[in-house]
Amino acid sequence: MFGYYLNLALRSFRRNKVLTALMVLAIALGIGACMTTLTVFRVLSGDPMPGKSGQLFYVQLDPATMQGYNPGEEPSEQVTRYDAEALLREKRGDRQAMMTGGGVSVTPGEAGIAPFLSDSRYTSADFFPMFEVPFLQGRGWTAKEDEAHARVAVISKALNERLFGGGNSVGRTLRLDQDDFTIVGVIDEWRPTPRFYDMNSDRYGELEEVFLPFTTSRDLKMGRSGSMDCWGDSGGDATSATAPCVWIQYWVELGSAEKHSAYLNYLTNYSDQQRAAGRYERPTNVRLRNVMEWLDYNRVVPSDVVMQLWLGFGFLLVCLLNTVGLLLAKFLRRSSEIGVRRALGASRMEIFKQCLVEAGTVGLAGGILGLGLSLLGLWAVRQQPSSYAELAHLDVGMLFTTFALAIVASLFAGLLPAWRAMQVTPALQLKSQ
Amino acid sequence: MEIRPILSTLLRHKTAATLIVLEIALTCAIICNALFMIGERITQVNEVSGIAEDELVRVQLTAIGNDDNAEAQTRSDLASLRGLPGVTAATVLNQVPFVNSSWNSGVRLSQEQTQSTLNATTYMAEDQFVETLGLKLVAGRDFEPDEYLEFETVNGTPGSFSIPATIITRVMAEKLFPGEDPIGKTFYSWGEEPIRVVGVVEHLVRPSMQGGPAQREYTMVFPLRPTYNLGGNYVIRTSPERRQEVLEAAVDLLRKNGPNRIILDENTKTFEQLRSEFYQQPRSMAWLLAIVCIGLLLITALGIVGLASFWVQQRTKQIGVRRALGATKGQILRYFQTENFLLATIGIVLGMLLAYGINQLLMGKYELPRLPLYYLPIGALALWLLGQIAVFGPARRAAAVPPAIATRSV
Repeated sequence: MFGYYLNLALRSFRRNKVLTALMVLAIALGIGACMTTLTVFRVLSGDPMPGKSGQLFYVQLDPATMQGYNPGEEPSEQVTRYDAEALLREKRGDRQAMMTGGGVSVTPGEAGIAPFLSDSRYTSADFFPMFEVPFLQGRGWTAKEDEAHARVAVISKALNERLFGGGNSVGRTLRLDQDDFTIVGVIDEWRPTPRFYDMNSDRYGELEEVFLPFTTSRDLKMGRSGSMDCWGDSGGDATSATAPCVWIQYWVELGSAEKHSAYLNYLTNYSDQQRAAGRYERPTNVRLRNVMEWLDYNRVVPSDVVMQLWLGFGFLLVCLLNTVGLLLAKFLRRSSEIGVRRALGASRMEIFKQCLVEAGTVGLAGGILGLGLSLLGLWAVRQQPSSYAELAHLDVGMLFTTFALAIVASLFAGLLPAWRAMQVTPALQLKSQ
Repeated sequence: MEIRPILSTLLRHKTAATLIVLEIALTCAIICNALFMIGERITQVNEVSGIAEDELVRVQLTAIGNDDNAEAQTRSDLASLRGLPGVTAATVLNQVPFVNSSWNSGVRLSQEQTQSTLNATTYMAEDQFVETLGLKLVAGRDFEPDEYLEFETVNGTPGSFSIPATIITRVMAEKLFPGEDPIGKTFYSWGEEPIRVVGVVEHLVRPSMQGGPAQREYTMVFPLRPTYNLGGNYVIRTSPERRQEVLEAAVDLLRKNGPNRIILDENTKTFEQLRSEFYQQPRSMAWLLAIVCIGLLLITALGIVGLASFWVQQRTKQIGVRRALGATKGQILRYFQTENFLLATIGIVLGMLLAYGINQLLMGKYELPRLPLYYLPIGALALWLLGQIAVFGPARRAAAVPPAIATRSV
């Protein structure tokens, strides 16, 4: 029967070309708008550390003075260097790392290539195993090297290609600012999206090109970047070990819920001790959020993108209402035909099925056209200058979602018209013939 | 025109009528909100920065490592830049408008105050600051030569230091000292000492959108000469047609004047380009919203055409009877127009309630401002017009039905 209904549907399309084209176009536009915005939203709101994001936690303390204090407010978004170094020394998590972003001048060894500026990250040894950073060559540095303020560097695959043509560069020398570093590792293709570990820089940007031990970077007074919030006199150097400034991101890995609550206790105690020692003034106010909570708190998905998603769904809804109306018109226009079928013995259910097959076929056609429109929409998104633009691609899952959405939506739109069509009474229609 | 018969016909086609009403309502609601968001973005894109944008270029550079000689180097760079042909003024800045990197500080009116009155951005100025940016002083004066301090020196000295003077924007002055003459007034921000307002400029925006539109011009200028490696912004003023030439000459000169630095080519451009890139996001969002609005109107119009045609076809015999009983073509035409007007009106009333609801939702979730009421009549008018245009074709076809139809199948 299905084949026959499909045949009938195609015949009906041929009879009402304009009306059918309108319905297909409406569904296609709705699906196109919806899938474009949904794909962008999905890319931007994804989990950057699948499988591990629930075990990585961002530490927040409240070290500022009472100046500007509002009870109930969130603590500082970053920690002081003093606190980060103290927590790092005490090593209470499974793994932990302090970090900040920056920029370094890279002077290539070969003559003829002009020096250039690279984004850098100053961090501690656990960064690499904690975030499961994939290595193309070599490894990260060790905690010993952190303590020794070693002149070692890990570089990205992109920088390795730019400087060494992609060859094995472990052990080679790299001139950064005015000092020489030894390369110990090259990171393979890795782009956590969003770049969750630092919310100050471009949240959907590419990986930094140079990674250096934090200790070394401070010895050499390398350029830092990102937000810094100070509340007292830092004596001229806001990055000194005791400056009253928050500018460090601190991450800790905790393998279980018990460890999480134990660490939260530890932070509370640490905060109390600091206040007892006169360093902190505010009441204890600590936070320990996992990756997804931290991204949520930072509203990492741009509000324009969320708005576009709503707009896409609203558009689809209008298109569907439109399709319901047109299908209704189309089916009822054929009342006499339906009357004949009913009189010849077709049950109401069969009429209902026939109508749904027709609606579903419109949906399939709309889905195919809609897929084309989504690809066009995503292409347009990729032409935008924002850093996430290049990530906007349709994957296989979304491809199937497009068709599923189109068919489900059109079947849904067909329900009411099909219901009305099957109510057609055979006698009345035959009489008026 | 008699409305009763129209209503009773509509009541017999409840489903189709409801569908059209719902579609109009939803379209109206989305369009009101979208138009409002477009309006907001247009305001943003067209905002006044206060600087002579079409005469300015920016060169950004960075030292390789630390430069112990930055003060002297900066002085030498500036002297050479000012000597370039076509250059009317040049200065060095810690931050520039239209770049998302900024210095911000809380501002208090008294030393004891625990909550800041507002948070303002801080431009550090060198001698030609006002002249280069083309700022318009509306009260007070520019800094005196003896008021300038070297930022490096001030920053390197632990303990208290005092900033001898400040220039602020009119918006900030009105917020701090409403209804009063701000000249000579003081506030607290950097350090422990009060800072005295000596001048007020008409406009000067913050570099970034921090604080949203309301805080766009909370801007203060301190007479602290920055060095070139503090942000690395050389800003040069020239005539609009010589910008490219001056930009190239400046880059050349800076390369030769101190070899141990990197010119950041991708950030070295005219302010016109910086501005255009800065507003790229709101601009494309406005376009997108506009396209969605047009799409929605089109879909809704097609829906109205579709259903109206169906009705006309269904009622052909009725129309024939009416015509045979003496109704004119005009009356038939107006019948369908009135019917559409009624449906559109119900849709619009629902749509306005929905528009308001959507706006409330967005206000709660995305800190959007309240939808101004004047967007509602705009949306209503658009949909009334749309309905009338869409129904005109089918209505004309209805009017063309000959009275003879009434007799045909009887």
